[in-house]
Amino acid sequence: MSVNPATDPKKTTHLFFGPQHPGVTGNMSIEMWFDGDEITKAITHVGYLHRGFEKLMEKRLWIQNFPLVCRICVPEPDTNEECYALAIEELSGIPVPERAKWIRTLILELARLAVNLMAFGGQAGTIGLGTGAMWGITFRDFVLDLFEELSGARIYHIFIQPGGVRKDLPPGFEKRVLEVLAKIGERLPEMDRLILNNAVFKLRTKNVGVVDPQWIQEYGLVGPVARGSGSVRDVRKDAPYEVYDKLDFNVITESGCDIYSRAVVRRREIDLSISLIRQILEGIPEGPVATQLPNLTQWRVPPGEYYSRVESARGEYGYYVVSDGSLKPRRIHVRGPSYVHAVTLLEKMLVGANIADVSNIMVSLTTCPPEIER
Amino acid sequence: MKFTDVISPFLAWSRAARKADTIPYPKQKNPGADRYRGFHINDTHKCIGCGRCEVICENAAIDMVKVEGIEPGRGDSGLRPKVDYGRCCWCALCVDVCSTGSLAMSNRYSWITEDPDSCTYTPGFDRKDWDNDEKGYRQDNQVLNWAGSSREPMPVEKPENRVRGFHEVVKGYTVKQAVAEASRCIQCGLCITACPAHMHIPDYLMAISEGRFAEAVKLFYDNNPLPEMCGKVCTRQCETVCALGYQGESIAIRWLKRFACEQFDSLADVLKSDAEPGIPNGRKIAVVGAGPSGLSAAYYLSRKGYEVHVYDRNDKGGGVAWQAIPEYRLPADGISKQMEVFRKAGVRLHYGKDITDSLLGELSAKFDAVYLAVGLQKPSEARMEGEDLPGVRPAFEFLVNSPEKGDIPIGTRVVVIGGGNVAMDTARTCRRLGAEVTLSYRRRIEDMPADGEEIHEAMEESIDFRPRTIPLRVEKTDSGLRYFYLEAEMIENPQGGRPLPRPKDDVEHSIEADTVFTAIGQTGDIDFIPESMAKEMDIKHGLIVVNQDQYTGYGNIFAGGDITPGEGDAITAIADGLRAVRGIEKLLS
Repeated sequence: MSVNPATDPKKTTHLFFGPQHPGVTGNMSIEMWFDGDEITKAITHVGYLHRGFEKLMEKRLWIQNFPLVCRICVPEPDTNEECYALAIEELSGIPVPERAKWIRTLILELARLAVNLMAFGGQAGTIGLGTGAMWGITFRDFVLDLFEELSGARIYHIFIQPGGVRKDLPPGFEKRVLEVLAKIGERLPEMDRLILNNAVFKLRTKNVGVVDPQWIQEYGLVGPVARGSGSVRDVRKDAPYEVYDKLDFNVITESGCDIYSRAVVRRREIDLSISLIRQILEGIPEGPVATQLPNLTQWRVPPGEYYSRVESARGEYGYYVVSDGSLKPRRIHVRGPSYVHAVTLLEKMLVGANIADVSNIMVSLTTCPPEIER
Repeated sequence: MKFTDVISPFLAWSRAARKADTIPYPKQKNPGADRYRGFHINDTHKCIGCGRCEVICENAAIDMVKVEGIEPGRGDSGLRPKVDYGRCCWCALCVDVCSTGSLAMSNRYSWITEDPDSCTYTPGFDRKDWDNDEKGYRQDNQVLNWAGSSREPMPVEKPENRVRGFHEVVKGYTVKQAVAEASRCIQCGLCITACPAHMHIPDYLMAISEGRFAEAVKLFYDNNPLPEMCGKVCTRQCETVCALGYQGESIAIRWLKRFACEQFDSLADVLKSDAEPGIPNGRKIAVVGAGPSGLSAAYYLSRKGYEVHVYDRNDKGGGVAWQAIPEYRLPADGISKQMEVFRKAGVRLHYGKDITDSLLGELSAKFDAVYLAVGLQKPSEARMEGEDLPGVRPAFEFLVNSPEKGDIPIGTRVVVIGGGNVAMDTARTCRRLGAEVTLSYRRRIEDMPADGEEIHEAMEESIDFRPRTIPLRVEKTDSGLRYFYLEAEMIENPQGGRPLPRPKDDVEHSIEADTVFTAIGQTGDIDFIPESMAKEMDIKHGLIVVNQDQYTGYGNIFAGGDITPGEGDAITAIADGLRAVRGIEKLLS
């Protein structure tokens, strides 16, 4: 019987990396075989976070799912709320007031800013540059302060609702957003000096974790992973939702294909989010922020199905929602980019990589395990 | 790779000399934001225990529990939310849907306790430090009106059209409207506490919202055998306690009952076996008076297998409700539809049979039990000079004699004295007969006992309302009558309740009229009760006082409806009938 050289017990070492490991994003594990410190085979394992969100949602009233959907992605809950709300609005024909659309875009960009700050800093953390990671988390906290003021919660905002948002902006909120943007903007050059202009960071990330542009079509890669390899796909531009068609921006793209290139995409996304937030605060109109909904406990969304998609910090994010006209959803399917990035792509990229680069590669793909096992 | 790339990371050290972004907890504490979704606060006296928070909570963290000091009653379940913080996810859906706006959240986010059980508590009862916090998440009904909503507007005939005849004012909901209106119900069931007959309101609203109209009708008949009548003229006490009424408009429960009945040409066909007489148990019951109360008792007794005979002095059933309420509110065609059900249920109706003292004795002896539901027949006196002049008449008598036929002369100028439903019915009937109508009432419009909608519609029909007018006398003049009154001012009632009118000055005002109607209530006429019986009964102000089973205290005689003290409306009379069934069963078992 022939032995697979990649898993030959005589030549390779067999180990689990994760699920409890600071180098792994969230709770998932990678089963690895390696020869010396070169990986010969990797298999990803999920199941440590399975809470059955999609099934739970079928057992709850339409409105009761808002506290659930946000939990599918901890760093960026708002894309889930937005996707779910968009689908319900489309199915039931509930209009969204103009001001609410602007506020939603503001929330989505603030969330993207928070994620990218953490991910950019986190990328430095994976090579042992802890300062960068701490700074990223600190800057994200400034944004979370804004979320706390706006929605009443730091992580799970539960602020986007079908037909608008839950409350209007608090008085003076715009001013405080600008203050936070100024504070972050002032410190970003320091972060650049620490991370991007760092010899060690460059050595560890350039030409490491290369994503071949061909794979983009082949695997269906999206978001910063695809854009770091020259793709110009961005849902905000390709299929504008809310008020993205009224904002002035270009899709960010880099051609390096490596981890460094993806880190630069994230760094430039931070600048883009700051610019978009400034544009939103200038353009936001006055008016109501919510449409009256029917009785929530007797709310039957008309039968139909809809796939809503938005651009999350990790790429295209979609919700496939089916209603049979009853009080509860018939089926909800959550499609997050991590499924491809962290399962198919990661398994492929790890072969031939160095053990020390595993978390480096994994974080550069911004995987989010709860999104894989909804 | 540049040389600067080796140097630049070390510039990060410059941060070491600057102020830290972190705070030294616990020396310095960070308060939650103004909108922070922290621990719950509940204003337990504002809370009505509707349980909407419990229903909306996706984690089942809220349980409605009985608390000490708050008793269940009309419009209050007596329960209050108890929150389990092991399950709560701080989404604040409970706050946003709170019917009264009593539930809120403080901005406290940390709480340390040694007792694990105290993590489940009833906000407002188990006192906490944050009970009086000003900051925290609050319901904002201007933005997100989840707690209330507005009613489906009922299509009504235009005022200028409706004064031309006696056709019905209210046109009734369409199927779409009815389903939308019924879907507003939050199923709290507080309405049941206010309905004297305790109808299954949430259940039938649910049935209507799901298009199961026949099932709704069956649910009506479970404790109200006159649903179409109630659907049109009920005093709708249920709507006064509706949880949606606190921050929006209460559900149109009455109109929905009407809607479901209107969907069928024959209610008996809908009910089928549910309206058949029970297996005969050999006992016979006599019911005196075929009004709502008498008919209700008769229907349910017959369904239980009693042989029921109903006696009424009139030539048709329905009592005051159907005789005195004008066509434009309660058209006659609905009556035969509902009477068909009574016949099908085996109730034996005997019309044209006036009750006398000898007959009552005979019934009492011949039957196993007698239920007196004779209503109020004698109009109250206005105690006003000139009351006996021709042209000054009791409004009640006018209404029961089918005024819509137009053969009762009233002239062209009419004055109605009173502010109840009889006064409104009389004024609006006269208006339809072509008269100019003035309505004189002692107190203010808001003190009128008539239904608010009736008052509003009467005003639309250009009836001249003269509130705060104290009747003085009626004089005969060459061209008819002259009604004199004094203008009043309101003073506080030392015994509480509605304020009292007092003459403002001595200036007499007057109006010319052809007819003056007095509509100041009716009293019981209990001359038919023999002296020997009356001695053993508790009779106060012409009304028979009964116990909770409608028992009069004499032999096998029960009484209910308007002849006993109570609200004096149809649904209370029906409830009396239901209680009498229970009392009679108890007596005969």
